[in-house]
This record gives sequence, C-alpha cells and structure tokens, in this order.
Amino acid sequence: MTAPLLEVRNLRVEFPTRRGTLVAVDDLSFEIAPGEVLGVVGESGAGKSLTGMAIIGLLEPPGRIASGQILLEGERIDNLPPDAMRRIRGKRIGAIFQDPLTSLNPLFTIGEQLIETLQVHLELDHKQARSRAIELLAEVGIPAPAARIDNYPHHFSGGMRQRVVIALALCAHPRLIVADEPTTALDVSIQAQIIDLLKKVARENGAAVMLITHDMGVIAETADRVAVMYAGRLAEIGPVKDVIHAPRHPYTSGLMSSIPKLGEQRESLAQIDGAMPRLTAIPPGCAFNPRCPKRFDRCMTERPSPMPAGANHAACWLYAS
Amino acid sequence: MLAFVLRRVAQAVLVMLTVGLIAFSLFTFVGDPVLFMLGQDATPEDRVRVTKLLGLDQPFYVQYANFVGRALQGDFGLSLRQVRPVSKLFVERLPATLELSFAAAFLALAAGIPMGVYTALRRNSWLAQVFLTVSLIGVSLPTFLIGILLILVFAVVLGWLPSFGRGDTIAIGWWTTGLLTASGLKSLILPAITLGLFQMTLIMRLVRSEMLEVLRTDYIKFARARGLSDRSVHFRHALKNTLVPVITIAGLQLGAIIAFAIITETVFQWPGMGLLFIQSVTVADIPVMAAYLCLIALFFVVINLVVDLLYYAVDPRLRVDRAAAAH
Ligand SMILES: Nc1ncnc2c1ncn2[C@@H]1O[C@H](COP(=O)(O)OP(=O)(O)O)[C@@H](O)[C@H]1O
Ligand code: SF4
Ligand SMILES: [Mg+2]
Repeated sequence: MTAPLLEVRNLRVEFPTRRGTLVAVDDLSFEIAPGEVLGVVGESGAGKSLTGMAIIGLLEPPGRIASGQILLEGERIDNLPPDAMRRIRGKRIGAIFQDPLTSLNPLFTIGEQLIETLQVHLELDHKQARSRAIELLAEVGIPAPAARIDNYPHHFSGGMRQRVVIALALCAHPRLIVADEPTTALDVSIQAQIIDLLKKVARENGAAVMLITHDMGVIAETADRVAVMYAGRLAEIGPVKDVIHAPRHPYTSGLMSSIPKLGEQRESLAQIDGAMPRLTAIPPGCAFNPRCPKRFDRCMTERPSPMPAGANHAACWLYAS
Repeated sequence: MLAFVLRRVAQAVLVMLTVGLIAFSLFTFVGDPVLFMLGQDATPEDRVRVTKLLGLDQPFYVQYANFVGRALQGDFGLSLRQVRPVSKLFVERLPATLELSFAAAFLALAAGIPMGVYTALRRNSWLAQVFLTVSLIGVSLPTFLIGILLILVFAVVLGWLPSFGRGDTIAIGWWTTGLLTASGLKSLILPAITLGLFQMTLIMRLVRSEMLEVLRTDYIKFARARGLSDRSVHFRHALKNTLVPVITIAGLQLGAIIAFAIITETVFQWPGMGLLFIQSVTVADIPVMAAYLCLIALFFVVINLVVDLLYYAVDPRLRVDRAAAAH
C-alpha cells in the first residue's frame, strides 16, 4: 500500500462554551491515498464540515483542534504557524465550498481572483498568470474563456460559478481537494455535470478528493471509499461498494435503506427512528444506541472504536472479536 | 446608464423645486415684506405701490416662477439687514464653510476608516476598546459642548490654538483660503475636530460593523482557503466590500457636515454661511434664510447624485450590461 496522502489521527474538535465544552468531532481517524476520492457522508451536524475546515486550518474560533494530528504527505500540518499553513492552503490543499453564489468576491472579476491566486502560489508575472487563468477556465469548461475572464461573478450562472470555484481550487495543482457539498446549492440538472468535472480534473491533476456530501447517489458514482460520520464520530469506513451494498454498522444500514430505490414503496422502508443527538446530549457508550435496533448492554456503557467488519471498519460492538 | 443618470437628475430637480417652494413661502408667510420695507406708518397708496413693485399682486404660481427664475441666476434679492445682494454675502462666506466642512470630512474619513478597520480586525485589543469607548463619548456629547471643551483645553488653558475666527486668509480670485497661512491652519484645527468628531465615530462604527459582516462571508473564507495572505484578505478583499456601503453613508454625511456647520461656526465665530444664517435668523432676514435653505438643499442633492454615481462606478453588480448577463 502506498503511503497515505492525508492522515487524520484521533482528531478532536471542540467548542468551549459557557455551559461546558462541546465536542463536535471526536476521536476521528481516517486516511486518504494519493489520487483517491474519499466520500464523507452523514446527517447535517455530524461534523463533516468541521473536519474539512480543521484539515485546511480554517476552524473559526472558538472552535479548535483539542487533540489529534493531521498529516499531509507524512508531515504534521495541524500545529503549523499560521503563515506556513497559509502557504499549504491553495497550494497543496485546495478547497471548494457549498455555495458558488457566495464563494466569489462580487467586486472582483473572476480573472482578478484567478490571477491573484496563481501569483500567490506560483512564480508567474501578470501576463503569464493571465494566460494560465484562461487555460484553467477552459479546463473547467467555461466557454469563450478569453472573453469571460474579465466578467464579474454575477455575470455567471450558479453552475458556471462553481466551475470558476473549481478552477480557483486547482490553480496550484493541489494534491488534495476538500470539497464540502460542492453541488448542494446547485440545480439538480447541473449537479451531475459539476461532479463529473470534479472527477475529471482530479484525475487529470492527480489530486485526491475529500468529497463531503449527503447525497449517496453522488458517493456511489464518484467515491473510491466512503466514511460515514455520526455525532462527530466515525461510524463506518470502507470501499464504496462494500459500504453501500454490505453496510456493517446499523446506522449505515439505516442510511442505505432510506435511499429510495427505483419502483420501491416508500412506506415500507426501514426508517431509523429518532434524530442524531445534539452535541450537548451525546449518550454514553455508542452514540447511536438510542436509535439502534440491535443495541445490547455493552453499547450503553462502552464506546466502540472502529474495528474490522467484513471489508469495512465499523465502530460497533457487533463486530467485537 | 444614461437612463439612470437622467432619472436621478429629474429626482434632484424635483427636490430642489420643493425646497424652493418652502423657501419661497418663507417670504409670504413669515412676516410681511411690505411692512418690513415701509415700516408701520406707510400710507395705503405707498403700500399698493410697493406691493406692485415687488410683484406681490400677482398669482402665487407666477410669483413662485419668478422666484425660481431669479434663484437660478443666483439672485435672492437684497439682504434686509445688510442691504447688499444676498448672493454676494454667500460668495464671501462660502469658502469658509466649505474649507471647514471638507477639513472635517477628511478628518472623519482619514481617522474613522483606519480606526474602524482596526477595531474590526483586532476586536479584543485594548486599543480597540479605547477607540470604541472614545467613539461612544463622541456620539453622545453634543457638538457645541465638544467645541467648548476643546476651546477650554487648547485655547484657554494651554493657549496653543486660537478659539475663534479664521485667522489670516489669502484671496485667490473670489475664493479666500485659510489653508495657506499658519494662523489660518491653526484656526482650522479646533473647529474641524469639533465638526468632524461625530462623523468620525459614525464612520468608525459603520466600517467596523460592515467589516465584521464581510469577514464572515463565504468569499472571505474562500479567499483564505485559496491561501491568500491576511493582508490581501483584509485590505484588498474585505476592505473593498466594506467600503461600498460606507461610501454612500460617508457621502451623505458630507451634506450633513455642511448643514451642521451652523453650530460649530457659531461656537467658533467662524465666518461661514452657518454663522451668516444664525445672524440672519435673529433679525428675520428672510432673503438670506431662503437662500441658505436652497443652497444647503443644493449641496445635499448634488452630493447625493455624485454618491449614487460613485456607488454605481464601484459596484459592478449595478452595471447591468445585458450582453454578459444573458449567459
Ligand atoms: N461555532 C460553533 N459553536 C458551537 N457549535 C458549533 C459551531 N459550529 C459548528 N458547531 C456544531 O458542530 C457540529 C458539526 O457541524 P458541521 O461540521 O457543520 O456539520 P456537517 O457539516 O456535518 O453538517 C454541529 O452540531 C454544530 O452545531
Ligand atoms: S455499538 Fe451497539 S448501539 Fe452502537 S451501533 Fe453497534 S449495536 Fe448499535
Ligand atoms: Mg456541512
């Protein structure tokens, strides 16, 4: 096995509040191999975005990494001084956020934004940066890029803007792209195009992708491996076909069966009762135990860590050997 | 673009006509000009003659049209007190007020914007706390009190700066400036601070809250995610977006500064239009009052217009070029 590109080890993200410390990401570990697409799924509030922000070093205070390590190509990046981390952002780790309508500064042309980003990371003069920017726009499928480069963001549709955002994330050929729900804010008709584009540019640039989404369809089509998060913890991780077709964790099973399949009757589905606990009320033992149809005594007191379960790893006592 | 400008100009003209109407009605409803000119014991024949002479026998709208026509040529008649053309008086007083107002506005912007940016970026530093506390004082103390306190400290106790007047001035054509003499500049300091302090605190607070707002936006987060330096994120991306609404407010404040100069000019006996107005109010010198009203309104309207156009130039979203928007 090749050395991992990104390693997250026992990551813990906390928010100190007046009523005690909220643990939003708890003992989370996973790896991403070079060129791999890791899908990260989970309900809203599971801690997916915070994990992504922790990796790119942009957690907003008071949120902070309380413990754990993040390694990029074997080198710790979670404790770097701000300026060193800034040089990694955009250059070695690119990021794409949910809403393309608000990701671009409305007062600068897309050319200005591209050229600035290119010049921060690469030794290019203005002219070189401009022609590189036009190439990038062509790569992400903006028609007539030489003419559109001087347009402002509001001249572009949502889908086109997300293409520009992808071009911006690609400026310096990052080895890793953190994409946080890159299609959620887009028209359904455009989502597939953007995902295809993301896949294509990642492949062409040899970049790995951490693809955060709650769309299992996107995961099934795009990801090599999938991590399922629940209440800030890793529930299950494994190759995409195993997680989708042979889920081991009861939560993943519930998640998969709640995806409607073609021609299926919705009412008869095995839904998971209840909701994900709030950060202030995570039960002891397995965080999923209030909703778990298979829980037993041990689940109520002892917290499971991910353990081998078929081709996957699942944080569930059912697989304790 | 042209339609936009024309629409704004039309609005401006409408506003001016309305203000003109108010100014004009001062003549009609505040006091009797004939009585004023002839005194208590004039004969009825004299009264009729003067009424005719002044055009006061004509219908209201004709009188108003005449008033507007003369006002357009800068003719507001004679000052009742000084018996000189009102326009002459204003031309003499205009440079003093404008120099004071622009100095105050410059001070407000030059100090208010950096202080606002600083308090937004270094929210918890002690200096930011000091700025915020001082600004609270600046907003809550009335202008005349600030002026008097400044006079007390810097003119009376320390004796560093003059407490009244404009100092020596130099005439450049019809414009008299105090900016080119040492005593003129020294005289300008206290009144400019007095007049600008309120606006400065306003601008500081506005910049601060806008900047905090902008720093929370996705495009700032994304700018950081692209690896841009703090300097670029703060002073290129965030500041530009912050200043768009600030331009509008600051521009409009300039109108307010010119209008509020009345108080400062009175406190410092600054020989500007505001002082002229106050002096004319005490003797009911209606032509001067009417002209002042129109002139201040004109400043407001012109500033408004310029601000709108500036805003339009700065914010590309307002420039709808249809060719590109079609995509
Ligand atoms: N500033 C904050 N203060 C307190 N809690 C926060 C803050 N930001 C996020 N959280 C909490 O962290 C949890 C995880 O958030 P997030 O990573 O955005 O979830 P996801 O992206 O999976 O929907 C949420 O429960 C949220 O309430
Ligand atoms: S550990 Fe227990 S409660 Fe948790 S998922 Fe497994 S069986 Fe259910
Ligand atoms: Mg999220």
